[in-house]
Amino acid sequence: MVDLRINCAGITSPNPFWLASAPPTNSGYQICKAFEVGWGGAVWKTIGAPVMNVVNRYGAVDFNGQKIIGLNNIELISDRSIEINLKEIAETKKLWPDRAIVASLMVESDRKIWHDIVKRTIDAGADGIELNYGCPHGMSERGMGSAVGQVPEYCTMITEWVTEVSTIPVLVKLTPNVTDIRFPGRAAKKGNANGISLINTINTIIGVDLDTFQIEPSRGGKGGHGGYAGPAIKPIALNMVSEIARDPEINLPISAMGGISNWKDALEFILLGATSVQVCTAVMHYGFRIVEDMIDGTTNWMEEKGYTSLDQIRGKALANIANFGDMNLLSKHIAHIDAGKCIHCNLCYIACEDTAHQCIDLVQKKGKIQPTVRESDCVGCRLCYIVCPVDHCITMVQKDNGAQSKTWNELVKELPQPLSIEDLRKFQHKHGIDVH
Amino acid sequence: MNNVAPKLTSKEYEANFAELKPALTDVAALAEANRCLYCYDSPCMTACPTHIDISTFIKKISTGNLRGSAKTILSSNWVALTCAKACPVDELCEGACVYHAKGEKPIQIGKLQRHVMDWYVEKRMPQLFTPAEMNGKTVGIIGAGPAGLACAAELTLFGFEVTIYEASKLAGGLDTHGIAPYKMQQQDSLNEVKMIKRLGVKIKTGVRVGKDISFEKLEKTHDAVFIGVGLSMPADLKISGEEMIGVVNALDFVENVTKRKWKSVDVGRRVAVIGAGNTAIDAATEAKRLGAEEVFMVYRRGREQMSAYDFEFELAKRDGITFYFHAQPKKIVGKKKVQALECLETRIVNGKLKTIPRSEFKIPVDMVIKAVGQNIDETFLASIPKLKIKDGMVVVNTKSYQTSNPKYFAGGDCINGGKEVVNAAYDGKRAAYGIHNFIFKKK
Repeated sequence: MVDLRINCAGITSPNPFWLASAPPTNSGYQICKAFEVGWGGAVWKTIGAPVMNVVNRYGAVDFNGQKIIGLNNIELISDRSIEINLKEIAETKKLWPDRAIVASLMVESDRKIWHDIVKRTIDAGADGIELNYGCPHGMSERGMGSAVGQVPEYCTMITEWVTEVSTIPVLVKLTPNVTDIRFPGRAAKKGNANGISLINTINTIIGVDLDTFQIEPSRGGKGGHGGYAGPAIKPIALNMVSEIARDPEINLPISAMGGISNWKDALEFILLGATSVQVCTAVMHYGFRIVEDMIDGTTNWMEEKGYTSLDQIRGKALANIANFGDMNLLSKHIAHIDAGKCIHCNLCYIACEDTAHQCIDLVQKKGKIQPTVRESDCVGCRLCYIVCPVDHCITMVQKDNGAQSKTWNELVKELPQPLSIEDLRKFQHKHGIDVH
Repeated sequence: MNNVAPKLTSKEYEANFAELKPALTDVAALAEANRCLYCYDSPCMTACPTHIDISTFIKKISTGNLRGSAKTILSSNWVALTCAKACPVDELCEGACVYHAKGEKPIQIGKLQRHVMDWYVEKRMPQLFTPAEMNGKTVGIIGAGPAGLACAAELTLFGFEVTIYEASKLAGGLDTHGIAPYKMQQQDSLNEVKMIKRLGVKIKTGVRVGKDISFEKLEKTHDAVFIGVGLSMPADLKISGEEMIGVVNALDFVENVTKRKWKSVDVGRRVAVIGAGNTAIDAATEAKRLGAEEVFMVYRRGREQMSAYDFEFELAKRDGITFYFHAQPKKIVGKKKVQALECLETRIVNGKLKTIPRSEFKIPVDMVIKAVGQNIDETFLASIPKLKIKDGMVVVNTKSYQTSNPKYFAGGDCINGGKEVVNAAYDGKRAAYGIHNFIFKKK
């Protein structure tokens, strides 16, 4: 029997799927609706300092006819009062005792104010607290959100103010708008955080209107940067989550988010170390109902693979992450085009010819033009494989037997320093690697 | 006619002749354009007789550059709107789409081209091409069909002064007179004529060469002449009774239908269409849509030998046309007015078509539509000295489109025996190059 239950830094939920702190978790009404269809938890839309919003808060990037590959927003934290939010948290928790309700908080950088809101949140019955150090718009201009997340010292200080009075788990939510995500992560750890949430949204401008020169979307004649989310940011989030997961100085449970739209996305984050996963853009596109397939798909996958608990797979892909210097330089792969599957679109040809290593020829065969890899010149870059529109038509065929291995880090120890191109060429030549 | 089918209501006519393939919405066009793989050296481009750079024009739809897309299309094909709607795309571009090999539906190239051309017409056809400065030479064109129009348009880009002489009142040739209204509307063709006129081409309609203007004058006025006269003589059945009331030529019938004055077109209650080409199918389905109760297609050979495209045959079947295969018309029976078509059964013996003796049978009909092909007007063409005609087609050099009389060039149905609009468009364009090279002694 598959058991999807999780315990993320002491916060438990029947499955790992939480709604992220965002417009979908603005009210008790919405969160109750989400719980009814199966969401395991919800991080309440950030409660705190009084705010006032503008119109046209969302902008989106559509790609090739697909809607919302990325979603940008400048909606601020909850514009409802702290009292109402806390009251609804209490009511919702009573109705749904088994679900995780985490209160996202953001107030002015004042120890007393933080102490006050943390205590009131605990009194309301929340299962945990998430500190919003991520919001890149509006709040940051007032010294909150990413203005905190971008300065490790502030991050530690405010986390300490919270953890010194909190009796429930505290997650710190990080902004990706930094050069190295590990520094604010370590700062949170230093402030005694119980877990890390990441990533918050990425600073972006969605576009410029070519008729009016207005920033898209325009808010009464002005636009500006907002926080970007959705499928487009998933690879960025995967990397940042893996960096936090791999950092021995942090070693904290992770609640991951950033472009998670389905069970496959969720599993990838879990394989990179996440305990719970949070979703926003996908529900803003399709509604709460998508969780049904997330639960169903994950369960089916686990059954097929023979797993019964997410603990069995958490972080299992981390060992496969390596720095470039530790990758095998002698692993040899060559592209192979299956002429039987080829539809003769010649996209592999033009990609290789114009932008890679000029090793695909158009060969006249039986009245058709057949793109054919000149194996001696193929460097195994994989571009043709990526552009080919046919499944399994181009494959990267392993040509070495895996017996030989040399990493860059090993190689530089063996070759005379400072490294010369001639010595490197000799090594390549010895192993049949032709650079052209 | 013995039994004229009762007229339909205006609404019924409108419904019967409504477009079979409606336009794509903007959103659908964008999605379809984005589905295009943007093949390199794409097979659709090769399959198009005018070699429109299809993947490029589709890519431009996807980027919102419809103006550029229209220019890409028109630079290969001057009658692109007609072609978008009337081309047998299954047989040409869409038939070559790589998606077939992938087991998926091909890109709807015809509809995407139409999307662009509709936009272009809606924008009142802004000038996309600049005619070259006048080079002092002039070309006369006989016939304002797709071949003549394409030749004329292209010649303006070389700086020629071009005059088209058209016997009909309306220019456009079969694009204007011969395409079923559920495929395209006459106005589409007239818009193309308008666009080509704007390049500076003079079109003299209602002027019959050889009658209203002599060949001598034509030759004296112009440095070269392009013949784009198509196939203007309907082939006869060569059976008795062809003169009866109720016997009509398919092209005359189709032309009346394209005028959209459906109430004024009489059609019999029971109609026989003789022939099995695409025009025969047009005539049959149009007769049915005009209110004929029963329409029979009569063809002396079998389904496999039919020259009509598969999709045309399917359309006829959907319209409830009855097919008589292996039926050779013997005579038209009646007293001044058609009463029946008498046929003999046929079979193939040693590869040859033979009628079966004493196999006569009669199909009672009120109307017979002859659709057994069109021929060139040899009498007309005989007025041009040294013009070689072979197998009923004007002989041209395949590269230059020059005829055996060096001053004359030709293209379209009169050189190929009757193909698609798109072939005529290509011929006309290529002939313009031939004319330019001939006059300026280029190789």
